[in-house]
Amino acid sequence: MSGHVAPKSMYYGVFGALMVGTALTVAAAFVDMGALNNVVMLAIAITKALLVILFFMHVRWSTRLTWVVAASGFFWLLILFGLTMQDYLTRGWVDGTWR
Amino acid sequence: MSDAPSAYQPPPVAIHPAGHGHTPHHPYLQHHFDNMEQQAEASTLGMWVFLVTEIMFFGGLFMAYLVYRWQAPLGFQEASHHLNIYWGAANTAILIVSSLTMAFAVRAAQTSQPARKQVFWLVSTMVFGAAFLGIKAIEYSDKFKDHIIPGPDFVWHGLYPKPAEQFYSLYFAMTGLHALHMVIGLGIMSVITWMAWRKTFDNEYYTPVEVAGLYWHFVDIVWIFLFPLLYLIGRHYHAAA
Amino acid sequence: METTAPPLNYLNNGHTIASWLLTKDHKRIALLYLVSITFFFFLGGFFALLVRLELLTPAADLLEPDMYNRMFTMHGIVMVFFFLIPSIPAVLGNFLIPIMIGAKDLAFPRINLLSWYIYVLGGIFTILAALLGGVDTGWTFYAPYSTSASNSNVLLAGVGIFITGFSSILTGLNFIVTVHRMRAPGLTWFRLPLFVWAHYATSLIMILGTPVIAITVLLVAVERAFHLGIFDPALGGDPVLFQHLFWFYSHPAVYIMILPAMGVVAELVQAFSRKNIFGYTFVAFSSLAIAIIGFLVWGHHLFVAGQSTYAGLVFSIISFFVAIPSAVKVFNWTATMYKGSVSWDSPMLYAFGFIGLFSIGGLTGLFLATLGMDIHMHDTYFIIAHFHYVMVGGAIFGYLGGMHYWWPKITGRMYPEGWAKFAALNVFVGFNLTFFPQFIVGYLGMPRRYAMYAPEFQIYNVLSTAGATILGVGYLIPMIYFAWSLKNAPLAGDNPWGARGLEWEIPSPPPTENFPATPIVTEGTHQYAPSREVGIV
Repeated sequence: MSGHVAPKSMYYGVFGALMVGTALTVAAAFVDMGALNNVVMLAIAITKALLVILFFMHVRWSTRLTWVVAASGFFWLLILFGLTMQDYLTRGWVDGTWR
Repeated sequence: MSDAPSAYQPPPVAIHPAGHGHTPHHPYLQHHFDNMEQQAEASTLGMWVFLVTEIMFFGGLFMAYLVYRWQAPLGFQEASHHLNIYWGAANTAILIVSSLTMAFAVRAAQTSQPARKQVFWLVSTMVFGAAFLGIKAIEYSDKFKDHIIPGPDFVWHGLYPKPAEQFYSLYFAMTGLHALHMVIGLGIMSVITWMAWRKTFDNEYYTPVEVAGLYWHFVDIVWIFLFPLLYLIGRHYHAAA
Repeated sequence: METTAPPLNYLNNGHTIASWLLTKDHKRIALLYLVSITFFFFLGGFFALLVRLELLTPAADLLEPDMYNRMFTMHGIVMVFFFLIPSIPAVLGNFLIPIMIGAKDLAFPRINLLSWYIYVLGGIFTILAALLGGVDTGWTFYAPYSTSASNSNVLLAGVGIFITGFSSILTGLNFIVTVHRMRAPGLTWFRLPLFVWAHYATSLIMILGTPVIAITVLLVAVERAFHLGIFDPALGGDPVLFQHLFWFYSHPAVYIMILPAMGVVAELVQAFSRKNIFGYTFVAFSSLAIAIIGFLVWGHHLFVAGQSTYAGLVFSIISFFVAIPSAVKVFNWTATMYKGSVSWDSPMLYAFGFIGLFSIGGLTGLFLATLGMDIHMHDTYFIIAHFHYVMVGGAIFGYLGGMHYWWPKITGRMYPEGWAKFAALNVFVGFNLTFFPQFIVGYLGMPRRYAMYAPEFQIYNVLSTAGATILGVGYLIPMIYFAWSLKNAPLAGDNPWGARGLEWEIPSPPPTENFPATPIVTEGTHQYAPSREVGIV
C-alpha cells in the first residue's frame, strides 16, 4: 500500500506560501480598503486553507470521493451561512409586513 | 424457495475463509477487510467524513460570529483591537510549522524512514502544539486580568460594552473549542508517537499517522480562519492596540 | 425440526456477558441497541400516557401546568433523540447493511460498539434529568427560556443530548464508509437494495446536520452554566439565531427518522408483491433528494418567529419541493403493488399502513408549508397531528414492519402471524383514533403545550386519549409474542417469506461471519422476475 510520495521541497514550498500569506493578511489588515478588507482577508484565508488541504492533506492526489467529501463539508457550511443570512439581510423588504 | 436465479454465487474457491490458520497477511490487517489497501482507504475516508462533522461543528460558531458581527460591526471592531495581534500571529506561524512537521512525519512513515526519524517529526509537532497552547494560556490569563472574561465580572471601558461581551463570548467559545481540539490532538499524537517508536509504521502500514495528520491539519485550518476573523477586524482604524 | 446441536450462529457464538458487552459483531450490537431503544420507547410512551391522561379534562387537574410542561418535554426528548433517530438505523441498519452488501461487518466494528456506549451514556444523563424533575422547555428548548428563565434540568438534559448526538454521527460515518468501501465484488451502486440507499442518504444527514445541534446544545449549556450571552437578548444576543441553528439540524433530523422507514417499506413492498420495485433508479435518487433538499427548508419552523417575510417565502417554496421526492416514492411503491402478487402478511400490513398514513402526514405538511395557513396553525394541535402522522404512522410503522419482516432472520424464529395481524390492526385503529381528532381540534384553535384548554375541545381530547390507550395495547402485544417466540415458536428457516436479497440466502440466525466466503454478485439483489436488458430496472 503506498500513496503518492511528494518531495520535501514541495512541503517547504507550501510552508513558505503559508507564511507569506500570514504576513500578507496581517499587513493588509492595517491598510484601509473599505469593504475590500474583508474580501482580501477571506481570500487569503481560503487560499491558505486550500494549500493545506490540497498538499499537506494530499487531496491533490486522492480519489475523487475524498475531494467530494471535503468539498461537501464546506459547501454545507455555505448553505448554513447563506440561508440564515438571507433572513437577516431581508428583514423589512416586503412592504406591508412588519418584518 | 424461489425459481429466479440466485444473486449470490459462492465462488468455487473460498476467498477468505473464517478463522485463523489461513493465508498469511499483514499483522495489522483487521479481519473484516479483504486487504491492506481496502483498510487504508476505509480509514482515510472515515477520517475525512469525521472532519466534515468537525467543519459543521465549528461552523455553528462561525454562524453566530457572522450574525453578531454583521449586527454590531463597530462593537466587534473595538473589541477585536484589545486582542494582542503579536500573540495571534505568532500562534498562526507556530501552527503552520507544526503542520509542516506533521506532514514530514507522515512522509517519514510513508517512505519507511527509521523509527527515530518518524518520532523526531512527531515530537516536533507536539512541541509546537504545546507552544501554541502555552501562548493561549498567556492570552487567557491576560483577559482575566483585564476583566474581559464574559460573565458577572465583565468590565468594558470602550464605547460598545454589550457587543464587546458578545465578541468575547464568541472569542472564548471559538478559541476554547479549538484549544480543546488541540489538546485532543496532542493526546492522539502521543499515542501515534509511541506506536512509531515501537517501529509499527512503514510504507506498508502508516495509515494511523496519515489519519492523525489529517486531523492535525484540520485543526490548523480552523485557526487559519479564526486568526483574521478574531484578531484583525478593522485594524486600520487604529494603530496597534 | 430441531437438531440435537444447533449450528453455530452469532447468537450462540459466545455466552458470556463480556462476549456481548465487548462484541465487535454488528449483529450483536444491533441487539444491544434493540434492548436500549425499546426501553426508551416505553419510557417516552409513559410520558405520553401522562400527557393524554391530563388532557382528558379541560382543567389542569391531574398535573399542575409546570409538571405538565415537563411531561410533554420529556416525551419529546426521549422519543426524538433516544427512539426515533436511532431506531431503524441502529437496529435494522446495523444488523442488515453488512449482510446486504456481502461484507463480514461494518467498516469500523469497534466504533460501532462505541456508538452504543455513547448512546447509553447520553441516555443515563437524560434519565437523570428526568429523575431530578425533568425539563420544562419543550423538546425544542428555545432560548432565552432555556438559557435564562427555566429552572429545570436543562443542563443535564442538554449534556445527554449532546453526548447521544455523537452516537448518531459515528453510526452515519460507519455506514457511509461501509457502503463506499465494503461492497462485495459485482455489487454496483445500482444493484444495492433500496434499504441501503435509504440508510446511505440518512447517514449523509447524520454527518452534516448533527454537529450543528451539538454546538447549539453546547452553547445553551455554556450560557446556562457560565451566564454568557450568546442567545440572551439582554446582552445583544438573538433568540432567532438559536432557532436557525436548532432547526438547521432538527428539520433534516425528521428525514433521519423517516428515510430508513421508507427503505424498509421499499423492501416490504417488493417482497410481498413478489415484484421488483417500479422505477428503482427514481426511488434510489429520491432518497438522496430528500436528504439534500431537506437541508434547505428549516425556516418553515420560523414562520412566526420573527424571520423576514422574504425568507419565509423562500423557505415555503423549497418546502413544497421537498415533498416531490416523497411523492415519487409513494407512487412507485403503489405502482409496484399494481399487478403484483400481493400477500397480506403482517409486515405488509405495516407497509400498507405506512403508505396511507405517511401520505396524510406528508400532505398536511404541505398545508403547514403554506405561509398563510401556518400563521394560524402554528403551535396548534394541527402541527402535533401532522408530525405524529409521519413519525408514528410513518417511522414507527416502518420500524414495526421491519422488525416483523426480519425477526425470523434475526432470531431464527417465526412469531405467531395471527396475533401479529391483530396487533397491526390494533395499532392502526388506535393510532388514527388518537391523532385524527387532533387535526380537527388544532384547526379549531386548540394550542399545543397547554395543560388547560377550552371546554368545547374536550370531546376531541377524550377520543384522542381513548385512541392512545388502544395504541398502547397495540404496542405491548408484539412485545409479548416476540419474547414468547424466542423459545417457543417454530424455527423459521433461511427464507420464510420466499423473498429475494442477500440476507435471505444465509441461515437464520446468521453465522458470525455472515458469509462462508465473499459473495460475487451478478445481478441486482432483488430480482423477482428475470432481469431484462432493455428498460429501466
